Amino acid sequence: MTPLRRTLAVALVALVGVAFAQFPERDITYVISFNAGGESDITARLQQPHLEDILGVNVSIVNRPGGGGAVAWSESQRSTDPDGYTIIGVNLPHIATQPMERTDTGFETDNFEIITWFQFTPNALLVRNDSPFQTLDELIAYAKENPGSVTLGGSGSNTANHIAVLQLEQFADIDLTYVPFTGTGPTVPALLGGHVTGLMSYSPMAVLQQDQVRTLAIASAERVSFLPDAPTFVEQGIDIVSGAHRGVAAPPGTPEDVVATLADAFEEASRRISTEQEEMGFVMLNVRGDEADALIDQVSEEYAAILETLQ
Amino acid sequence: MDVLTAALGQLFVPYHLAIIIGGTTVGLFVGAMPGLSATMALAVLLPFTFAMPALAGLIGLGSVYMGAIYGGAFSAILINAPGTPSSIATTFDGYPMAKAGRAEEALTAATIASVLGGLFGVFALLVLAPPLAAFSLRFGPPEYFWVAVLGLTLIGSLSAGSLLKGLLGGALGVLLSIIGVSPIGGESRFTYGFPALQGGVELIVALIGLFVIPELLVMAGTGIAALTRTTSVGSKRKGVMWPTIKRVLSMPGNLLRSMVIGEIVSVIPGAGGNIAGLLAYNEAKRASKHPEEYGKGSIEGLVASESSNNVTVAGSMVPLLTLGIPGAPPDALILGAMLMHGLRPGAELFSVSGVLTYGFILSMGLSALVMLPIGLLGGRLIYETVVRVPPYFLVPTIATMAILGSYALRNSMTDVMIMLVLGIAGYVLKELGFHPAPIALGLILGPIAETGFVQATLMGSSLTYPFLKLFESPLSRILIALSLLAIVWPWFTAWRHRRQRARGGPA
Repeated sequence: MTPLRRTLAVALVALVGVAFAQFPERDITYVISFNAGGESDITARLQQPHLEDILGVNVSIVNRPGGGGAVAWSESQRSTDPDGYTIIGVNLPHIATQPMERTDTGFETDNFEIITWFQFTPNALLVRNDSPFQTLDELIAYAKENPGSVTLGGSGSNTANHIAVLQLEQFADIDLTYVPFTGTGPTVPALLGGHVTGLMSYSPMAVLQQDQVRTLAIASAERVSFLPDAPTFVEQGIDIVSGAHRGVAAPPGTPEDVVATLADAFEEASRRISTEQEEMGFVMLNVRGDEADALIDQVSEEYAAILETLQ
Repeated sequence: MDVLTAALGQLFVPYHLAIIIGGTTVGLFVGAMPGLSATMALAVLLPFTFAMPALAGLIGLGSVYMGAIYGGAFSAILINAPGTPSSIATTFDGYPMAKAGRAEEALTAATIASVLGGLFGVFALLVLAPPLAAFSLRFGPPEYFWVAVLGLTLIGSLSAGSLLKGLLGGALGVLLSIIGVSPIGGESRFTYGFPALQGGVELIVALIGLFVIPELLVMAGTGIAALTRTTSVGSKRKGVMWPTIKRVLSMPGNLLRSMVIGEIVSVIPGAGGNIAGLLAYNEAKRASKHPEEYGKGSIEGLVASESSNNVTVAGSMVPLLTLGIPGAPPDALILGAMLMHGLRPGAELFSVSGVLTYGFILSMGLSALVMLPIGLLGGRLIYETVVRVPPYFLVPTIATMAILGSYALRNSMTDVMIMLVLGIAGYVLKELGFHPAPIALGLILGPIAETGFVQATLMGSSLTYPFLKLFESPLSRILIALSLLAIVWPWFTAWRHRRQRARGGPA
């Protein structure tokens, strides 16, 4: 087919599709840009049976790990049909920070059609149960006396964990040492084995390890239901509200009604698994439409500001 | 004890037994296919386990995991492809054995060793979990760095022939591991502007390229199948199985050493069956009376690798069940299944939900036992097929598997290209006398060493000389001493030999 004919054919199919057919008509591929077994992957597999039930088609999860997610994200923006049949999990701040720090990510922060942000995991400052620090104030006071000797582990460089540590340094006027690990998994033995003073991790870790760690502060706006005794940073006078958002996106140019159908399906799937998810330490969200893009802008601005101070 | 009996009672119902047998079989086939990993199989199964009762779901995942690590031996022995990274060391002697017409012997030995390793791991998990978990926590970033250094000393014994070529191969492996987004810092390296290269060189992809493609090219070039059935074995095949079983059981020292190494390595989170197999292989060679047979078809080396890597299945469960730390990627999925059923790792898991937890642990033991008949029967079946297929069918079949496997791992055509490039490079290197093992070792250990080194120096940033953090802990010093010993050892034995000869004693 000539390019013109092809375009016409595609346009015709699209037109007919909008007019008559009900999305979805065929199976949906749900790409996860991280390894099988990671938190993004496990969440997707929790949603999978419910999505299939709601949408009435098969939803297959495809792992395309690499480059901290960038390999799959660039592919989604460059070479995936914007028809809603191939959707991809997205993470904040990852999609905002990676293009700031590298030139070859192959994707643009604003070039996703966000279906919905369905999950939020606030940062949480954790120390071991037997740590001398009972409160955030005690840790800050010690760090003031001993610059650089408080080591905080976290997942990755220029991630939500890393930025939260930088913010804590800035707001409390202290000097900490951030030690990045390759994911949240390896941070736990580092903390429990006493190799770092504490962790800037995410809320699910605070829940999972609650028998062995103390949560000094959690970076949510208000206290969270799953850890009612954990104080927020804000109530202790440090203005940090941050963490990682998880959502799902379609390639740019996907028809609006398709995005809406998918967003409804994800909303319903999230509702069905919300009890289990909250018990595991996830804050459930449903941020879609213009608000979804606004969230990206807000996070981008916040992080650009703090990363600038690093240069 | 009551809880163990109760747990065992739970297992012996038809539903659970069927899951164990089915799961182990599925795992075996997944493991035997290069590129299909245990992690991937568990991920696909995970959603099904949410709908199942907790115990049934966990049994299913555990059995598939056990079967997959064992299944890697099949492709390692028959087509020189480590089906999972855990079976790298299995190729060293397994494939030469198969080429010499001893494939059935190798498969039988691998089966027995795997079953024993699996059982040992379950036993250690039952009785030693708390102290082992405490031990695993001693490993922080500086210790990981030294573990990687210790691992790199294996190059000396893996580079059969020229040490220089071995070291060059190791350096090449480390260099390949640098491609992509750096583990610490997040900058991209050597991607030359291609977004697809941000993902770097995946281990399995490199293994398929380096190990399988050169063999295929040789096979295609000569037109002679690598595997031929020797007449002596063919004529009295009944005689292969029992002598092999006896042979394996006649090396208790080798088995025990390899299994203990497997246990120690696997409880350290992040170090998996691949490192366990290589270390066990190396130690077996060092202790052997016939080290010259290693790499040419030594059954001892094969047994060392396979017994140690199957220990790691239950071994990596130690930090998972006691501390909630997934020791290896498949464990993260098992953790996911547990959390969905409201089970949180820790002491409560062994008390309040004791019957379920012990049921799960014991089911892995049963799964190991199930491997015996499935492996012995299935192994013969697969072997018969591979031997009967003429090279002009076998080469394209294996090539297709290699391409599919490279693609399936990350659903990436880039990985297929990387595999083919490394395959051709591997062929040239092989002709030049380089063995692929040191390259694989560099690829595995490079990132561990880099991450550990950067993290340790960061941890020491309040010290005057941050790198001194690397030498601080007693465990670091022990690991340094072991590395030095490993480097000096070959010279020491050579010197002793010379002295003995000078005295006129037995060489």
